Amino acid sequence: MTNSQNETIQKANVTPLDDTPDWTFDLLGQYQHEIARVADFYRLDTYTNQIEVITAEQMMDAYASVGMPIGYSHWTFGKKFIQTEQNYKRGQMGLAYEIVINSSPCISYLMEENTLTMQALVMAHACYGHNSFFKGNYLFKSWTDASSIIDYLLFAKNYIAQCEKKYGISEVESTLDACHALMSHGVDRYKRPQKISLDEELKRQSERAEYLQSQVNALWRTVPKKEQQENEKQYKFPKEPQENILYFIEKNAPLLQPWQREIVRIVRKISQYFYPQKQTQVMNEGWACFWHYTILNHLYDEGLVTDKFMLEFLHSHTNVVAQPEYNSKYYSGINPYALGFNMFIDIRRICEHPTEEDKEYFPEIAGSNWVDTLHFAMENFKDESFISQYLSPKLIRDFKLFHIHDDSDNNYVEIGAIHNEQGYKKVRHNLANQYNLSNIEVNIQIVDANIDGDRALTLRYTPHNGVKLGNSKDEVLKHLHYLWHFDVKIIQEDMSGEDKVIASCPQKKEDD
Amino acid sequence: MTNFIDRRLNSKNKSTVNRQRFLRRYKNQIKKSVSEAINQRGVTDIDSGESIVIPSRDLSEPTFHQGDGGVKDRVHPGNDQFSTGDRIPRPPQQQGQGAGQGDASDSGEGEDDFTFSISKEEYLNLLFEDLELPNLERNQLDKLIEYKTVRSGFCAEGVASNIDIVKSLQGSIARRIAMTSSKRKQIKALELELRALNNDKHDNIQRKRDLIAEIETLKGKIAKVPFIDTFDLRFRNYAKQAVPTSKAVMFCLMDVSGSMDQATKEMAKRFYILLYLFLSRTYKNIDVVYIRHHTQAKEVDEHEFFYSQETGGTIASSALELMNDIISERYNDNQWNIYGAQASDGDNWADDSPRCQAILEKQILPKSRYFSYIEITQRAHQTLWKHYQQVEESHTNFAMQHIKSVADIYPVFRELFKKNTQSAA
Repeated sequence: MTNSQNETIQKANVTPLDDTPDWTFDLLGQYQHEIARVADFYRLDTYTNQIEVITAEQMMDAYASVGMPIGYSHWTFGKKFIQTEQNYKRGQMGLAYEIVINSSPCISYLMEENTLTMQALVMAHACYGHNSFFKGNYLFKSWTDASSIIDYLLFAKNYIAQCEKKYGISEVESTLDACHALMSHGVDRYKRPQKISLDEELKRQSERAEYLQSQVNALWRTVPKKEQQENEKQYKFPKEPQENILYFIEKNAPLLQPWQREIVRIVRKISQYFYPQKQTQVMNEGWACFWHYTILNHLYDEGLVTDKFMLEFLHSHTNVVAQPEYNSKYYSGINPYALGFNMFIDIRRICEHPTEEDKEYFPEIAGSNWVDTLHFAMENFKDESFISQYLSPKLIRDFKLFHIHDDSDNNYVEIGAIHNEQGYKKVRHNLANQYNLSNIEVNIQIVDANIDGDRALTLRYTPHNGVKLGNSKDEVLKHLHYLWHFDVKIIQEDMSGEDKVIASCPQKKEDD
Repeated sequence: MTNFIDRRLNSKNKSTVNRQRFLRRYKNQIKKSVSEAINQRGVTDIDSGESIVIPSRDLSEPTFHQGDGGVKDRVHPGNDQFSTGDRIPRPPQQQGQGAGQGDASDSGEGEDDFTFSISKEEYLNLLFEDLELPNLERNQLDKLIEYKTVRSGFCAEGVASNIDIVKSLQGSIARRIAMTSSKRKQIKALELELRALNNDKHDNIQRKRDLIAEIETLKGKIAKVPFIDTFDLRFRNYAKQAVPTSKAVMFCLMDVSGSMDQATKEMAKRFYILLYLFLSRTYKNIDVVYIRHHTQAKEVDEHEFFYSQETGGTIASSALELMNDIISERYNDNQWNIYGAQASDGDNWADDSPRCQAILEKQILPKSRYFSYIEITQRAHQTLWKHYQQVEESHTNFAMQHIKSVADIYPVFRELFKKNTQSAA
């Protein structure tokens, strides 16, 4: 059996669905039904969909809470809301057509203002594209638990509201500020997290609070002097460098209140929840775009949607997947929608109509079943590996990609590779690296807590390609100092191989 | 399985709390912005919110991120002219493309200021935050009573021009019916008897003649009842009703001699704004008259009032005289609620102070609802203060207060409300 969609074409005798611009819940239901049928045909496995229709203002609310359907109260969300509102009111930006939440059931927000065509597009995109990605991709499978996230967010919101009542808004706010500053360092990159359910979380929370505090006290208990001297040489804490700064703080900061530890934990958990999304932007959007495009075209081939519908759909679709060139005034980096969409389309092309070049570059997928191949790609990769695995020479030519090598020691930048035979692999390699989180995010780890001495916390910055740590480091250290309560400093190995303090809090004149 | 949920009717203000948190967090910056804004808006402009500007670097949330230097490899789309090995001079400042839009910088959204609007309430709260605004709704200032004539039914006496014809004629008909009914009954009875006699076979000539005569007499009596009587007359009645006037005039008096610096004026401006705000809760129409003075007083517009600088000595009585003149000229104290607010740094020509006291006591205070004096100074009080203290002792509608900082403004209003409020019953 071939998987070509052509076999399903039976254009005759089919009454197309209504294509009036105004949607009704009835019509949404009909479109949803057809889309679901086609999605099933292509074996898209999804969480149950919960489709919520909201107004523009509610959409701005959703924006402000950075995609969390239930967010705790914090000024930074207020700031985002005000920014969104200002931009929207001035007409500087439109609102997204949809927002989709990685949860089970999978919540998608449809904007009231969308036309019927747009709602159909959004349903295919979010409710079947993103949704199946959330359910299928290995990162989401191992890092997030879709069924418990809503409960956990609710727990977090209530817990933080409770803390505000007990300990004052200002204290909670400072703690959250400090945690937010370190949010991207609250993830175990090399360890797999355990899934937690809400019940467990609630049960464990109070015990943990007390237990942790007692542990910490034990750790810092004054030890008789003699023993301390004996121990000094062997005892180094932490034994290994810690990359998860928030986790280390939660477990080991000596003077944190139990409730502050819990807040650190909450921010850490949320950071972890968003971690896969950061790493799969191209794939996730590409996958969703590929499926809304494929599903709606399938419906068109069946005669279920009209030409009028398709024209409006294609208009929106091409806007979304447009890639401005580097010298365009609209250029702001590579559009993940464009790259992702074209890569999935290209994989399908390689499967269905491979050229000699494709056979050489992709011997294992050229000519294979495209649905299988696509599902495999979606399930087992993240942006970085996806690009280095599947970016084809044809696509590099289509995008006319070129690589710029920028060494700050030179007063020029150099073109490292362009879209030619010699350059393909280099371009692909560099583009993939561009999505490698460990290259984008700074590598900074806790190396010493000096628990027998002044309890000063030492972090080590290991530069990637000699890139310096950004200027905000001093500000972030203040936040870290707030959580740790004792001196904190960042060291970096200099040219001669010696460690040099590059930032400390409280700031000291003598760099030693 | 798919569920559709219509959330459009849910509350849309999910972010209100966060917005409040934001305002709370950046109170200092916002207050600074509000203080700057106050210089640009008029005393009477209290109905609009305010646009707040905060430097965006104050708002940034720091995170560890990569900075300058080192080696950066980037891939861009749309190659139209480059081949491998081309060297391009580094664009000035950041690396990036010619058209700007350097995507390599992840250090923030640039240095544009963060601008947003706050509502009128938020603005006023911030403006008077240290002053703890009282709950104004419950209180109401005394108002000047004005009388209005209104219709109030009818009465039996009045001047001819007020006769109400319909009512009078109604009275006349009623009176005529009442006065003639018994006679009509008699006529009816007699006529019945007459008809009976006519049908009788006998000639009852005498009896008939008597009956006819009797009927005629009765008819004559009925005819004599007057068509209209003074008793019938009804006059439209008018009554006087007390209406509080909704007009108020607020006199802002300020010393603009060399010793008043801009900061002092700003403080006075807040005082005026607050007074205006208070009055606007009670009165519909408020005129504001600005009088500035040094040795001579002059009525000016708002801008000149606050921002023109004069030098020279101070004769405060000139302003009071001018105020008095303007009142008699334009603001009849029967129709206008007159409020005065004088701000000064206390400097006055010593001989002039008794005169100020005299003008206030004899001319202005009897006409005014309230007169307040604020002295904004760090120094010891001078003669004007002493004389005004005497005024304060003898008059209930006069208040004075010494203001050292913005936070002191409110007590003046406490005074004002203590004396002048009544609970809105």
